[in-house]
Amino acid sequence: MELTNKRQKSQYLRLITFLLFILSIVFLQTSPHVLAETPEDKGLAIAIEADKRDLGYRSLTADMLMILRNKHGQESKREMRFRSLEIMDDGDKSLIIFDSPKDVKGTAFLNYTHKVGDDDQWLYLPALKRVKRISSRNKSGSFMGSEFAYEDIAGQEIEKYTYNWLRDEECEGMDCFVMERYPVDKKNSGYSRQVVWLDRAEYRTWKVEYFDRKDAHLKTLTFSGYEKYNDRFWRAAQLDMVNHQTGKSTELQFSNYVFNVGLSDADFNKNSLKRVK
Amino acid sequence: MQHFEVSIGPWVIKYRWWIIAACLIIAAASGSGMRFLTFENDLRVFFSEKNPQLQALEKLENTYNKIDNVYFILAPQDGKVFTRNTLYSENDDLIVEDLVSDALSLDAEEISRIRAIVLSEPRMVSNIVSPSGHVTEININILPPGKSRDEVQEVADYARKLADDFRQRHSEIDLYLNGTVMFDTAFTKATKDDLKTLIPLMFLTLVIIVGMALRSYTGTLITFIIILFSMVTGMGLAGWLNIVMTTASGVAPTIILTLAVADSVHILATVYQQMGMGVARQKAVSESLRINLQPVFLTSVTTAIGFLSMNFSDAPPFRDLGNIVAMGIMAALVYSILFLPAVLVTLPIKSTRKISNTSEICHSCNRVADFVITNRQPVFWALAVLIIIFISGITRLELNDDFVKYFSTKYDIRRSTDFMQKNLRGWNFIEYSLESGEPSGINNPEYLSKVEEFAEWFRGQPKVSYVSTYTNTIKALNKNMHNDDPAYYRIPESRDLAAQYLLLYEMSVPFGHDLNNQLNVNKSATRMTVFLKETTAKDHRALDAKARQWLRDNAPPHMFTYGSGLSIIWAHISKRNIESMLGASFGALVLISVILILALRSLRLGIISLIPNLAPAFMAFGIWGTLVGQVGLALSVNVSLTLGIVVDDTIHFLSKYQRARREKKLQPAEAVRYAFNTVGTAMWVTTLALVTGFSILSFSGFAINSQMGLLSAITIGLALVLDFFFLPTLLMTVDEQK
Repeated sequence: MELTNKRQKSQYLRLITFLLFILSIVFLQTSPHVLAETPEDKGLAIAIEADKRDLGYRSLTADMLMILRNKHGQESKREMRFRSLEIMDDGDKSLIIFDSPKDVKGTAFLNYTHKVGDDDQWLYLPALKRVKRISSRNKSGSFMGSEFAYEDIAGQEIEKYTYNWLRDEECEGMDCFVMERYPVDKKNSGYSRQVVWLDRAEYRTWKVEYFDRKDAHLKTLTFSGYEKYNDRFWRAAQLDMVNHQTGKSTELQFSNYVFNVGLSDADFNKNSLKRVK
Repeated sequence: MQHFEVSIGPWVIKYRWWIIAACLIIAAASGSGMRFLTFENDLRVFFSEKNPQLQALEKLENTYNKIDNVYFILAPQDGKVFTRNTLYSENDDLIVEDLVSDALSLDAEEISRIRAIVLSEPRMVSNIVSPSGHVTEININILPPGKSRDEVQEVADYARKLADDFRQRHSEIDLYLNGTVMFDTAFTKATKDDLKTLIPLMFLTLVIIVGMALRSYTGTLITFIIILFSMVTGMGLAGWLNIVMTTASGVAPTIILTLAVADSVHILATVYQQMGMGVARQKAVSESLRINLQPVFLTSVTTAIGFLSMNFSDAPPFRDLGNIVAMGIMAALVYSILFLPAVLVTLPIKSTRKISNTSEICHSCNRVADFVITNRQPVFWALAVLIIIFISGITRLELNDDFVKYFSTKYDIRRSTDFMQKNLRGWNFIEYSLESGEPSGINNPEYLSKVEEFAEWFRGQPKVSYVSTYTNTIKALNKNMHNDDPAYYRIPESRDLAAQYLLLYEMSVPFGHDLNNQLNVNKSATRMTVFLKETTAKDHRALDAKARQWLRDNAPPHMFTYGSGLSIIWAHISKRNIESMLGASFGALVLISVILILALRSLRLGIISLIPNLAPAFMAFGIWGTLVGQVGLALSVNVSLTLGIVVDDTIHFLSKYQRARREKKLQPAEAVRYAFNTVGTAMWVTTLALVTGFSILSFSGFAINSQMGLLSAITIGLALVLDFFFLPTLLMTVDEQK
C-alpha cells in the first residue's frame, strides 16, 4: 500500500513535472507573442475597450454652455442643447439646438458621424426656414467660432484614427495610458497627431494634446467633473480647450445629462430639424 | 581748473606707461560688451509705449488678431493669372469649398469659369487679384510664438528659400515677397548694411582728412586708434547695458567716429604747432594739454548734453542713439586727454613743418580774418539777411513719414511694395473697429447698413484702393443663400437672418479661415480696413480726420473711433517727436548756454553765442524746405544732435577771442585775428571731418538715417560759415560800440 502510494505519488509528481514542462513550453512559446504585442495593437486595443465601455447608451440629452475667451479675457457665451443617438453599425447621430444668443435661437445642427468617409452635416436656419447642407470636408473648421474644431466635437469613432500606445504614466492621480492617434483622413484633418491620456481603470479621457499639420503643439483639451450615469456611462461636466498659438480658449460645460431618453431615428433627420424645439 | 590744466601734462608724461596700460584695459573690457549686441527686427520699435496711436493699435489687435504675414505676389510674365500653371501654385478658398482644389486637371472652360467667379467677387478684386487678372498674391498669416527675437528672421529666411525654389521652377512667373515679416527683417538688414558699409567708409574718409590736415603718419595713426577705441567703448558699453541695435541707433558708431576725431585733431594740431616753433616734444605735449583741456572738455560735455537730450524723444531708437553716442564722446574725451598724450611722448614723432611765427601758422586764416575785419559791416548785414531768408524756407517743410519709402530702391522690400502698389493694391492702410454698442450687435441690419455706408463713403474717396469689411461677407452670403441671385447681394433684412448666415458661414469654413480677424469675441464690433494707394502721411492724416468727421455727422456715437494701423502711427510720429523734442532741445540749449557763460565767465558772450549756435539748424530746415520739402522723423532730432556739435566751434573761437582780449589786452579786431590764427585751422579741419562724416550717413539706404546725415551736414557746414563770418562781425559790432 505504501509502495503503491509511493508509486502513485511519484507518478503524480512525474505528471505534474510533465504538465509544468508542457505549460512552460506553451508559456515560453506564447510569451514572445505577448511581448510582441506592438504599440499599435495596444493603442488600438485601448481605443476599442474605451469605445466598448460606452456601448448601449442608446440615446441621451444634455444642456451645453459654451464660453469663448480671447487672450485678454473678453468672453462670449452660447447656450445649446445636445441630443445624441447611438447607431449600432455606424457612427452616432447628434443634434445641437441653439438657444442663445437670441438671434440664432432655434438654429439646429445635425450631424451623422460615419465610421468611414466624410460625415454628413446640416444646419437649419429658422430665419430662412431652410435646411442647408454643410461641406463636412472642412472638419478642421472652428465649431461656432470656438477653439473646438468639428473633428474635436464629432463622434470619436475608432475607425477615424490609427493608434500608437506610448507609455503608462500617472495622470490626475491615477494610472493612465498615454497613446497617440493619427487621423486617417490626413487631407482634411487639421492635425498631424493627437496625444491622449486615459485612465486604466475606467478608460475615461482626461487630456488630449493636438498637434497641427506642422506638428507644432496647437491646443490642449482637458476633461473634468466626470460623473457616472445609469451606473455605467461616464461623462465629463466640463471640457476646456486652450489654443496655445493664439492664446484663445473655449470652455464647454455639460449639464442635465439624461440617458436612454427614447429618441429614435425620426428625431434625427432633415425634416425633424424644422420641427425641433 | 587752471592748476589742473598746468599739472595734467607733466602728470600724464610721468605715468604714461600706466595710462597706456589702463586705457588698453578699459577699451578691451568695455569693448568686450559688443558681443551682447543684438538687432531688433520690429518696425514698431520707433513707437514708445506712451504713443496713443500705438495704444489704439494694440487695443485693436487685442480685440481682433495681430496680423503678421508674408505675401507672395505672383506676376506671370504673360500677364495671365488664370492659367493652369499659376493656379496650381495657389490655394484660393471660397466659402464652402475650395475654388481650386486640383488645379492641374482643370480644362480651359473651368479656368475661365474660375476667372469669372474671382473677378466678379468684390472680396478678391483689387485685394488678392488685380482687376485685369494679371497679378495675384498668396497671403500667409504668421503667428510667431513670441519666445525669441529670431522667430521673424526664421520665417523670413524660409519664405525667401521658398521664393527662390519657386523662381527656379517657374521662371515664367515673377515673384515678389512682401508683408510685415519681410518689412521687419528689412529693418534689421538696413541696420546691418549701415554698419557694414558706412563704418569702413567713415574710417577711410577720416584717415584721409586727418592725414592731409596733420601731414603726419604717426598723428594719423594715433587718431585712428583713438576713434577706434572710442567707437569700441561706446558700442561695448551699449552691449553691457543690453541696448538693442535698431536702424536709427545703428548709425551710432559712425557718428562716434566723426565726433571723436575733433578732440585728437585739436590736441595734435597744437603739439605740431609748438614743435614747429622749436619747442621740445614733452613740453609741446604739456602745453597743448594746458591750452586744449578746457575747450576739449567743454566741447565734449556740450556735445554729450545735446545727444543725451535725445532721451526725451518719443522714439526709443533715438534715445539709444543719443546714449550710445554720448558714451562714445566721453570715451573719446578720456582717450584724447590721457591716452593720446601718453602715446605722443612715447612714440617718436617729429613735426614736418618749421614755423617760427604764430601769425604764419595759417595763411588762409589770415586772409579770412583780413576780409572779415575790413568788410565787417557789409558782411554782417549780408549774413543777417541770408539767415532770415534761409530760415523763412521752414514754412515749406511738410512732415511726411512713409516707412515704405524709408527704404531706398536698393532694398527688395521697397521694389516689391512699389510693384504691389502699382499692380495690386496699396500697402498703406487705416483700420477702424466699429462698435455696435451691444453683444451680437453686428447682426443688426441698421448697424450693418451704417458700416456699409461708411465703406461706400471710403470707396468714393481718392486714393482708396480697397475696403475690407464684414459687410462684403454678409452680402455675399445673402447672395449665395439665394442661388447666387445678384439681386440679393445686399445686407440681410432681419437681424436673425444675418446672425444665422454668420453662424452657417462660421460653421462652414476650414481651419484658419474664420472671421476672428474681422469680428470681436462677443460680436459687438467689426474691423474695417481701408487700403490706400500712392498716399503720403499727410493724406493719411487728412483722410482719417475726414473719416472721423463722417462718423460724427452720420453714425451713432458708440461707433465713433479714431483710425489706427501702422500707417496712421507713422503719419503722426514726426509731429509727436518734434513736440517731445522741442522742450528737450530748448533744455539742452539753456544748459549748454549756461556752461558756456560759466566757462567764458561772460554773460554777454554767452548771449551772443546763441545766434551762431541756433541759427544753423533752422537755416538747414529752411534750405531743406525749399529744396526738398518733405521731411520725416530725422527732423525732430536734428537740433539736439547738432546743437552740441555746433557749439564746439563757437566755444573754440570765443575762448580764443576772450583770451586775446583779457590776457593780451587786444582790441576786438585784433582779438578776432588772433582767434582765427589759433583755432581757424582746427575749426575748419574738424568741420570738414564732421560735414564729410555726416554726409557719409546720407549714403544710408534708410531714409531716416540719410536725412539725419544730410540735415546735420548742412547744419554743421552753415555753423562754420556763421562762426567765420557772422560771429566775428557780431563781436566787433557789439564790442566796439562800447
